Amino acid sequence: MLLATLLSGCGYNDFQTKDEATKAAWGEVVNQYQRRADLIPNLVNTVKGYASHEKDTLEAVTRARAAATSMQITPEVLNDPAAFAKFQAVQGELSSALSKLMMVTEAYPDLKANANFRDLQSQLEGTENRITVARQRYIVTVQDFNVQVRKFPTNLTAMMFGYKVKPSFTVENEKAISTAPTVNFGK
Amino acid sequence: MGLLRIFRACLLVLAFAGPAQAQDLVPVPPLSAHLTDQAGLLNAEQRARLEAVLADYEAKTGSQIAVLIVKTTAPEQIEQYSIRVADAWKLGRKGVDDGVLLLVAPGNTSAMRRLRIEAGRGVQGVLTDAKSKQVLQDVIAPHFRNQQFYEGLAAGVGAIATTLNAEKFPPPPAPKQQAQRQQADGGVSILKPLLFIGFIVLLLKIMGGGGARRLGSNGWGSGAAGFIIGSVLSNASHGGGSSGGGGFSDGGGFSGGGGSFDGGGASGDW
Repeated sequence: MLLATLLSGCGYNDFQTKDEATKAAWGEVVNQYQRRADLIPNLVNTVKGYASHEKDTLEAVTRARAAATSMQITPEVLNDPAAFAKFQAVQGELSSALSKLMMVTEAYPDLKANANFRDLQSQLEGTENRITVARQRYIVTVQDFNVQVRKFPTNLTAMMFGYKVKPSFTVENEKAISTAPTVNFGK
Repeated sequence: MGLLRIFRACLLVLAFAGPAQAQDLVPVPPLSAHLTDQAGLLNAEQRARLEAVLADYEAKTGSQIAVLIVKTTAPEQIEQYSIRVADAWKLGRKGVDDGVLLLVAPGNTSAMRRLRIEAGRGVQGVLTDAKSKQVLQDVIAPHFRNQQFYEGLAAGVGAIATTLNAEKFPPPPAPKQQAQRQQADGGVSILKPLLFIGFIVLLLKIMGGGGARRLGSNGWGSGAAGFIIGSVLSNASHGGGSSGGGGFSDGGGFSGGGGSFDGGGASGDW
């Protein structure tokens, strides 16, 4: 009886709820990145038809996509800051490769007039926005969880059951995504 | 009891420790009608006509399409503002997520975009991002370029409605179902403390060696205490929780049905 009161008083149940909430928010993030990856082969093929000599840009996208999709994503990534950072890095590289590709396409009026390309472009735009929204929601959910891990007295509960602060997306990462990539495969 | 109060206080602190809102953002207007025109783009008669079309569509199909016209979304991009509105308004039915928001911000710069369709999760099968983009670019924008705002919006809403019709959504609920659903919810929340009592009783039975006798005399007392503590705690942890759900108010008003959005849709300009 005392134990039960203590557990719920110290936020044990809240930890369960919030832990699940972060997992769900994370699932949505992964899902939307996957959605983007699924769009890419079609996009690359369409662009190829009109701008075949933009080979480097196209290949960069294909390579970045392969790197992004080859990473195993499990909910465990949330408990592993290094894996989380790697996830961000590969997705960030794909983001910049993609935005480079979209910039290049501006020079091809025929391609831009192509209905299929227009559709793909709007799907990509929509998905980029979904990613932004999913990331934002993840940040808020994780913040909520992390506050509970750190605050007294729930930090004691966290210690007892091994709940650790979860990694989140940061502005720094945001910057890395929007600036041009410095790809170094030698590392 | 003193300990309990500390725990409650700590929960309250947590409830208020949520994200602090930045100050200078354009506020999300209260949802009172299908059409909200804060920029005065339409005259009274046009507003009434468009509102009637939107309300009629909801009555017939259950899906909610809302139009919002704000002067500007600055300093936010139209996408950022639009998802805030969609999250606050919760257009579309809960679980069906068949809500659509058409947002116009005539005062935006064209880098920030002036048009947006925010598509609920449930409608994206038919109202794809590409389709949304087409509605904006090919249906609405040509009218807007000629300053024909009502015509553009009417045509756009028509195009969205036609698109949604291709999907088989559940029929609109009769007013009675609403009451039943709330009753069902109530039943669940009664169940929770009952389960808690059961748990306490079980615990006592397991722990106490001479269980039967103690349950007879003293057991109910601690059971009741458990009940009280249990409900206090569950109330505390529920404070600040979701309160969407409602929807389809009986009066002339209008509110969201609890639909959810994921940022899908399209932005455009004219």
